Amino acid sequence: MTEAGGYNFAYLDEQTKRMIRRAILKAVAVPGYQVPFAGREMPLPYGWGTGGIQVTAAVISGQDVLKVIDQGADDTTNAVSIRRFFARTAGVATTTRTAEATLIQTRHRIPEHPLGEGQILVYQVPIPEPLRWMEPRETETRKMHALSEYGAMHVKLYEDIVHFGRIATSYDYPVRVNGHYIMSPSPIPKFDNPKMDRMPALQLFGAGREKRIYAVPPYTRVESLDFEDHPFEVQRWDEACALCGATDSFLDEVVTDDRGGRMFVCSDTDHCQDRRAGAPAGKEEAAQ
Amino acid sequence: MTQFAASAADRDGPFAGSGFPGGYVPGGYVSGRHVSDRESLDAGGDRPLIEVENLGYAYGSRVACRDIGFTLYPGEVLGVVGESGSGKTTLLSCLAGRLSPAAGRILYDRRPDGPVDLATLSEAERRLLIRTEWGIVHQNPRDGLRMGVSAGANIGERLMALGHRHFGQIREAAAHWLAEVEIDTDRMDDLPRSFSGGMQQRLQIARTLVIGPRLVFMDEPTGGLDVSVQARLLDLLRRLVAEMNLSGVLVTHELAVARLLAHRLMVMKGGRVVESGLTDQVLDDPHHPYTQLLVSSMLQV
Repeated sequence: MTEAGGYNFAYLDEQTKRMIRRAILKAVAVPGYQVPFAGREMPLPYGWGTGGIQVTAAVISGQDVLKVIDQGADDTTNAVSIRRFFARTAGVATTTRTAEATLIQTRHRIPEHPLGEGQILVYQVPIPEPLRWMEPRETETRKMHALSEYGAMHVKLYEDIVHFGRIATSYDYPVRVNGHYIMSPSPIPKFDNPKMDRMPALQLFGAGREKRIYAVPPYTRVESLDFEDHPFEVQRWDEACALCGATDSFLDEVVTDDRGGRMFVCSDTDHCQDRRAGAPAGKEEAAQ
Repeated sequence: MTQFAASAADRDGPFAGSGFPGGYVPGGYVSGRHVSDRESLDAGGDRPLIEVENLGYAYGSRVACRDIGFTLYPGEVLGVVGESGSGKTTLLSCLAGRLSPAAGRILYDRRPDGPVDLATLSEAERRLLIRTEWGIVHQNPRDGLRMGVSAGANIGERLMALGHRHFGQIREAAAHWLAEVEIDTDRMDDLPRSFSGGMQQRLQIARTLVIGPRLVFMDEPTGGLDVSVQARLLDLLRRLVAEMNLSGVLVTHELAVARLLAHRLMVMKGGRVVESGLTDQVLDDPHHPYTQLLVSSMLQV
């Protein structure tokens, strides 16, 4: 156990980390099942990643290389402060490069670069219960999970089709893990859902306010719910990324002036930089 | 022949030739509308759907019902009448698995393995029964409906719970059942909140019947509705019960409702059954003083 800057390694005390690790082990053993844990107060507000940061603190080791992203970007406030938090309290190396990281804490995205064995992806989860929208009672949703009573879950998708002509849910799109538990993938865009399926990396989910941990072990089946005649589809863009020209990544729309100017850019900043460093010219460069 | 017919014959004995209204003949009830039901009942087999023996339940030291026993055959509707506090709803809750009885047992003829004691079922099995074989119509439609989702989704949910995953077919079934309960299909995407009380109740019935249940529990299905709406609802229920050959237990305090829907009647008072028999027989020739009081309290127009 190393001390860094007056803190215990990775901020949490050893007993708390053991408790969280036990919850994580259980979560890995039962993919998609929400394991309650005694979540601690963390030095950041609920909703800013208190669940993810506790999971990260419990699994991080001195040799880990940490990457933190918020909406795909490495340089946003939340990502920067969590990265600095662990650099200070655990003394670990940090990176912005997906391929070099062994541990990635994320809010709302899965990196575009495919993750491999030996990497761990930690999600920050605001509302872990996918059935909450239909059923407010916690006792009842637990029973519904236990008995696989998931009719209500499709009601939400049904209502989407009725009102919008298609399944309009575009983020936090419910998935079924390993053919049993229905799980909230955290508010990632449904564009990222297919990446979860049989991912070689370990995926851990931490919800700090709701005090739940769940997991998807490597190479586990993750299916997005749908109807036979309205199959699951991901978002598509007519534009390519204005910076790197990527046509296969998740794009953010950025308003550039107050006269209606806008551009589409990759939400994954590392992916975009990689492509610009070595890869085909983007629209802007081509125009110059 | 079934126990139903046998008991009719038994009770008929002492009154034979007494000019009893309603026309009983030994071995069957011929003048009423149930003849065709009886015939299909015979074809459907003689095994009772639900058998209740010495059922009892108490809230603490207050006994809500005791020593209740009856047998319900496929295609039959049993009415349970009695004043408020007589244990009707407690009985229904026990039957529907919401309360576990303190005494006695309930045998249910489950598909495909035959009679099982409901008390021995796990919660998973009981909930599976509720999803696949039973329907419950609550007195207040708000208890049986999801008020936050459209009427179509309310009907479709029960199909989706059974694993239906084809949007078009679910929608077709929802439209069919809305028409069946006389709700305009263009109201399909509206919230039940925007429906009148009678429409909500009809929607609840559509939601209950869409899976083709074998057994329906109805708790005051017409409570709180005005009389003309009530009459339409009763017409509708009567037609559906006959068409689908439904079996059911109907709890009501309105004798007129029981007269229209129930084939047999059980009169409860203070948690006990004081009289039971064919509906018309019990209502037209009540034996127990309480039943006589009940029948004479019925408002006549």
